[in-house]
Order: sequence, then C-alpha cells, then structure tokens
Amino acid sequence: MLNLTVTELSAELSRGAISSVELTRACLDRIGALNPQFNSFITICEESALAAADAADVARADGDERPLLGIPLAHKDIFCTRGIRTTCGSRMLQDFQPPYDATVVEKLQQAGTVMLGKTNMDEFAMGSSNETSFFGKVGNPFDTGRVPGGSSGGSAAAVAAGLCPMATGTDTGGSIRQPASFCGITGFKPSYGRVSRWGMIAFASSLDQAGTLTRSAADAALMMQAMAGLDPRDSTSVDRPVEDYTGELGSSLAGLRVGVPRPHFAKGLSPGVEKGVRAALAELERAGASLIDIDLPNNHLSVPAYYVVAPAEASANLSRYDGVRYGYRCEDPADLEDLYTRTRSEGFGDEVKRRILVGTYALSAGYYDAYYRKAQRIRRLIRQDFISAFEQVDVIAGPTSPHVAFPHGAKADPVEMYLEDIFTIAVNLAGLPGISIPAGFEEGMPFGLQIIGPDFGEARILNVAHQFQQLTDWHKRLPVSTAGES
Amino acid sequence: MEWEAVIGLEVHVQLSTRSKLFSGTSTAFGADPNTQANIYDLAMPGTLPVLNSEALRMAVRFGLAIDAEIGRHSIFDRKNYFYPDLPKGYQTSQLDYPIVGRGSIVINLEDGSEKRIGVTRAHMEEDAGKSLHEEFADGTGIDLNRAGTPLLEIVSDPDLRSAREAVAYLKKMHSIVRYLDISDGDMSQGSMRCDANVSIRRPGAELGTRTEIKNVNSFRFVEKAINFEIRRQQDVLEDGGRIVQETRLYDSVRDETRPMRGKEVANDYRYFPEPDLLPVEIGEDLIEQIRAELPELPDTRKRRFEVEYGLSAYDAGVLTATREMADYFERVAKQCGDAKLAANWVSVELQALLNRENLDMAASPVSADSLADLISRIRDKTISGKIAKTVFEQLAAGSENVDEIIERQGLRQVTDEGEIEKLVDRVIAENAAQAQQFRDGKQQVLGYLVGQAMKFSSGKANPAQVNQLLRDKLKP
Repeated sequence: MLNLTVTELSAELSRGAISSVELTRACLDRIGALNPQFNSFITICEESALAAADAADVARADGDERPLLGIPLAHKDIFCTRGIRTTCGSRMLQDFQPPYDATVVEKLQQAGTVMLGKTNMDEFAMGSSNETSFFGKVGNPFDTGRVPGGSSGGSAAAVAAGLCPMATGTDTGGSIRQPASFCGITGFKPSYGRVSRWGMIAFASSLDQAGTLTRSAADAALMMQAMAGLDPRDSTSVDRPVEDYTGELGSSLAGLRVGVPRPHFAKGLSPGVEKGVRAALAELERAGASLIDIDLPNNHLSVPAYYVVAPAEASANLSRYDGVRYGYRCEDPADLEDLYTRTRSEGFGDEVKRRILVGTYALSAGYYDAYYRKAQRIRRLIRQDFISAFEQVDVIAGPTSPHVAFPHGAKADPVEMYLEDIFTIAVNLAGLPGISIPAGFEEGMPFGLQIIGPDFGEARILNVAHQFQQLTDWHKRLPVSTAGES
Repeated sequence: MEWEAVIGLEVHVQLSTRSKLFSGTSTAFGADPNTQANIYDLAMPGTLPVLNSEALRMAVRFGLAIDAEIGRHSIFDRKNYFYPDLPKGYQTSQLDYPIVGRGSIVINLEDGSEKRIGVTRAHMEEDAGKSLHEEFADGTGIDLNRAGTPLLEIVSDPDLRSAREAVAYLKKMHSIVRYLDISDGDMSQGSMRCDANVSIRRPGAELGTRTEIKNVNSFRFVEKAINFEIRRQQDVLEDGGRIVQETRLYDSVRDETRPMRGKEVANDYRYFPEPDLLPVEIGEDLIEQIRAELPELPDTRKRRFEVEYGLSAYDAGVLTATREMADYFERVAKQCGDAKLAANWVSVELQALLNRENLDMAASPVSADSLADLISRIRDKTISGKIAKTVFEQLAAGSENVDEIIERQGLRQVTDEGEIEKLVDRVIAENAAQAQQFRDGKQQVLGYLVGQAMKFSSGKANPAQVNQLLRDKLKP
C-alpha cells in the first residue's frame, strides 16, 4: 500500500479497501522504521495525523468524496504550521512555533489531507544537496551514501522511500526538480504567482514558488488542483482561473512541438544521463511529438545572475532574524551590537552566512549597478529567450540535472555546488512552470527529464509528463531499500 | 557682507488611514504597547505585505492638491538597516519611482506676500516602531504599535531662504493635509515631523555645504533650530572654518543643534525593489475620480473669500489657514449676513479666546451659530458692540443662548427716546461745569459727557442717540 500513488490510494480509500487511519498508521510505522536511516523528517506529528485521518474516515463515511480526503502528506519545513514547530532547517528557528498556517498548508488541509510531519531541507532552502540543514544530512533512498538533492531533499527522499505518498516542496532555483531527479520521483514547480507564498518562509521572494513531490504527474495534478489559486494575502499571486489539471492529463501528444535546448546538451552532461534523456525525447517523438532544436542564448548567464539576485533578496529577507522578537537569541548579549552579531553568527550556518554576505555586497553603494542591476538585466534577457522559444514550440524538454546524485561531501566547493542547478535556474529567473519526471538510471541512480512550459502552462506540462508516464515505467522503479515492502 | 540661507525641508506626514500601510492592524493612537501589531508587523517568517489602497488614494490626493505629477508606475523599495524597532530589518519605502513627482505650494508670508516653493517629490513609506529607552532601568523597551503606520515623505526644493519661510511652508503643509483630510498633522504627537537641510552662501554664489537637522517637532522649534544653525554656520565660515556635511540633532532644552554620532548616520541602505509587492499602476480613471473628490483648497478658498466677502488679502489668509476656521467663518458670515463683522469677530475675539484656552477650533466653546446670533444682535442694535463682548465672554464660559443672556441680564440697549432724555438731563444736571464748557465751544468735552451717560446706564444706552441728544440740548 505504501508504494501506491495518490491516485491509486484515493481509489482504494474510495472503495473502502483501506481506511485513512490504516494508511496513516502504516506511513507512521514506516517513518518510525526508516527515518533514522534517511533523516527525511525533522518533526513527526503522530497524534494530530491519526486524529486527522480519523476525521477523514468519518467524513468519507458521510459521503465526502474529495480526491485527497484522507491522503497522508508531509510538508517541507519551510511552510508555517500553526502550533507545530517550523524550523526552515535552521538553528535560528529551532524552536519556532508559528501561530498561523501557510496558505498551502491551509488549502491542503481543506482538501482533507493528513499531515504526517515536517521534512528536512537545506537551511533556509539554500543548497542543492540537503547538506546545509542544521538537522543533519538526508540519505538518498537509492543509496544512503549519496545526497537526495536539495533544498527539498527531505520531501523527495520521503516520497521516494515510501514514507508518504506526496509532499510539498519549494523551488527557488531547482529545489523541487533537482531532488526529484536525484530520488527518481516527479517534482513539479508551477509558474511564479500560481501558488500563494503566504506563510512560506522567504528565501528569494521573486523566485520562490511552492510545488509538489509525488510519484506521478497525475498525483501532481491532484495536489496542484488543491494548492493553486489567487490569495489576497500574497500580492504576487495571480488572479487567473485555475485550470482543470487532472481533466487535461489525457490529451494526445500528436502534433506537440518539443523544443530541445542545445545548451542543455553541452559539455558537463554525463553520458548516461544524455543517452537516457535523448531516449526519453525519442519516446515523446514516438507518441506524436516533433523535436525542434532551440537556442537559449543567455542560458549560460543564468547561474551568475541567479547568484546575485537570490542572495540580494535573501540578505534582506533574513534580516528579521535578529534575536529581538522570536527565534534563536544568543546568551547574555552585552549590548545591541553583540546581540545582533552573536545571534546571527551562532544561529545561521555557513552557507546562509555566505549568501547574506554575497547579497549584501551586491547591493552595496558602488556595486549595485555592476551586480544587482546587471543581473536584473540578464534576467530580462533570459526570460525573453524563453518567450521567443515558445513562439516556435509548445514545451521545452531536456535533462533536469547534469548527472545523478553524488556522494555526501563530494561538492565542497560552493561554486561547484551552485553549478548543480545550471538547467533549472533559468526557469525560476523567467518565472515559468517546470517538471522533472524519472527518465532512466545511471550507476543504479535515477535521473530526470525536465519539461518546461510557457507562463501558466501548468496543465500542458502535466499532460506531457503524464503521457510520458503512460508509456514508461521509470517512475515505478522503487529504491532497493524499500522494494518488496507493501 | 550678507549671508543668504538656503533651506529645504523633508516633511513626514502620517496618513490618517484606519489600518497600517501593509497590514490590517489598527493605527489608533495611544493603545497599550504592542497591542496593535499583528504577525506581519512583527515580521514573522512567511508573512507578506498587502498595500493599503486608502493610503494610496491619500497620497494621490496630496499629489493632485499640489499640482504634482502622479507616478503612474510607482515602485516600493526596501531600505535596509538593523534597529530593534524595525522588525523586518528593512523599511518598505520608495526610491526611484515615488507616487508623487514634482509639484509646488504657495506659502503666505507675514507681510501678506506669497512665494511659490517647489516640491521635489513625495513618497509612501512605513513608519518604524518606538524604542523606549527611559522607561526601563536596565534595557530598552520596544513598542511596535506605530510600526507600519503609513507615512508620506514630502521633500521640498531648496527654495526657502529663512527660518520664517520654512515655518510658513510647514504651516501651509499642515493646512493642506488637514484640508485634504489625509492627516491630523499634529506635530506634538508626531503625525507631522520635519527634517531641515540648511546651508548658507553669499547671495548669488554656489550652494554651500549643507547640514541636516533631524528631530524637530514643533513649528517654534523648526524656526529656532534653523536660526541656530544659520548663526552657527556663519560663525564657522566667518572664523575661516568650513562646514562639514553631517546630520545634526536639535536640542530644544539647550536651543542648539549637535552632530549625531558617526555610527548613527554611516548607513548604506542598500535599496532595492521590494519583490513582495508589484509595481503600483495608477490609471487615468482613478486619478480623475480622486480629483473630482478634492475639497476646495486653502489658496482657492482665500481668493474666493476676498471676492465673495470683500475681505482683505490678510484677513482672507488668516481665515483660511485652517479648514475648520474657514468653515466656521463661512457659517457665521452666512447666518449673520455681515461678513466683515464676522471676519473681525472670528479672527480677533474668537482667536484670542482659543489662544488663551489653548483650544482647537473644533473644540471652540462658542459655536458658529451662537456667534452669528450675537453679531445679528449688534446689527439690529439690540446690543452695542461693547456689550457684545460681555455676552461673548458668557458664551465662552458655557452659556448657550445669546438672547437669553441679553434678557436675563437686562443687557438690551436702551433706545427709548424718553429714557435717553432722562439720562441726558441727569448728566447735564450733575456735570454743569462740563456742560457749560461744551456750550462755550470746547468740543472734546462731549466724549466725557457721553461716557457719563453710558456709565449711568451700565453701558446699555445707545451711544449714538445719547450723543445726538446731548448735542441738541447743549446747542448754544
């Protein structure tokens, strides 16, 4: 039962084959057994999960047929949960209990889901390997000696290991898609503004977007249906109707024009991944799509531009953690300066400090034009590249990441780590939707195919991903550590 | 050789919205500390700003009132600095694309002349909270009730040439924001605050180095602080020194300005566009709608008072200085039918009363209706102007009805010919010597005799009638 998709579990619950309490109990047991190995969860909410499951079963008995009713899920620990500690993977918020729920949490709760707990993540979502968490690194379910990717590494590992059938994530530069690729699952990042950011702890406000980690594109469609929509509390959320994501999954791929970006197949891409991704593209072609080579001329500038814009915004977003009102505070501060200095020195980890410093520098008098302003200009060029490309193609497809998951500690050089997101970052800079779906294995480790859509083309890329998953079974291949259990 | 002062003002006006600039929390003044701060005001993680549309409309209203360009595409920016009463660690403000662009206001100087002062820009921003240093023995208290309150920062061109002009500018600003009903402009409560940029130069020379004086919280202190600073700069330059560009604080107790410590000013604010808010797009429709709702403004009203009521420029200026006074005057003038008498009573007697009691026009103990009744009784000769002052004092002390006061205290003017004649006969009889002097041609004695008659009648006799009858009776 723990290896079923949400779509399948929903049907099982509906026909009364299982109850939500049984399902939730099974997840909790599995978390109890396997979490020490993967370290996916920072907080487990056993009692409230069972209570919610029980309530879901009661509602179902009363005829409630909502598709996500009684389905367990985990939230990335970046989403504020009322009365449940929300750490953002940081010592700074080690004991922080928000008195409010994030909009995403609220909406999924209203959809009838059962929250199992909060998942591990890179500190303040800054990282691509889940190694910067104050709560320790996460093991990849396919090989616990390797990273699950990041920053939504805890959510990705939890879904891949069958600890929960679905989880939320956030994606600022690839933080949903890259861990999905590394863990062999489906990771979906909507267009900027499609899902409310209210109650989601900010890293880089103009790039952050909430999304889903699931075992299939159809599951992502179900989750998105519950999560998307205008939120008056988030001025950057968009006022446009939410499409029927599930309803559009079945469209045929005949005539679909798939753009294949040349820069995504340049040097640095591992041979096994390249071969697998090309095979996946061929699969789409067989389903009726046509492949069209495209150029994204400014793609090579996306990582440098991102590492100016994101740290600049982060440097301001993280100023509120000052030890004055909530969160970590250093012992016995001598004066205000000491309170600030020690609270922030002790409360933040190295990667967070590095990005605050980089961002502060980029915004400083005398450097603003050379860094921040120039990066914003590049950002517009990158977006323009995509807009031009979408005049010729319906979706763009290529590798999610240049290679499969690497061993813990393998990328000690920060710049090398930053280059991990070379294929995903431009999508955030342009505000577009993107999905990573399993497309093959190299050295026994999974990798993903990334499909990018135009502005608010959520339904279209979910449809393409779903059709691909109808033709392939990569998304059904489970990690050895969990296979055989059910 | 003469020095010329060059002054520009930055005025912070607290907009009188019910809720804060980016959150739904109340802005009411005087609540217990930290009872008006919600999760956004406390900068809890994940919370986001939503622009208060009423604050936006108020800012546009101000812009239209000073004939300014309205920023059609206005952008909020983050101004970064650490301070415990700034919860987010940045203030959301506007840098390059303010809501209000270039405009101007006309100031009224004491000699009755006018001068047009340029307004560079005005932008919206949120206020910080308050740090309470004195109330706590071994620490600092933070009150975030004020954090997030909407401010409009209005920056003038360096067009002001004296402390008096600066005060006239501030008073006009005060008048405009109150006419527009966008702020109470109360400097003592910090609803209107002022920083002054001051430099001096030889007339016609290049601009001198300026200093910025912060923390001035009354019209009087603005005048004193600027005058002190002008004198200080003169002394420095005349002694061969040079002015250091710096921020100074005005100390009203010692009546001097002092440099702020270096640390308090050496800030690089690292402004950048606020990514949590979209650019504010303002369409022609909204602008026209707000323009249509604009009240009559002080300058227009002043001109109208001159034409419609035949008032002097000076009187019209005094009566339109505040909307409340202008409203009061118009009500009195319309009801009593004599605008000049009304102008006189409002600007002299009523103003003196309010000054004496330290009251606002809104709290005037004499209502406009009562004052109009009083003036009507002067016009229909029921009472004299002199008696009217007595009645006015009683209105001020809490009595309500003019006619009742007159009747109850028998203040009605005596106009009966027989009564007056008796009075005049008595005066002549008791002042035979003076009466003879008048008969002998000493005209100035008449005033004395009239005064005696008024005294005998307790001021109630009609002085014109007494005068006439005395002249008749003492005809040689």
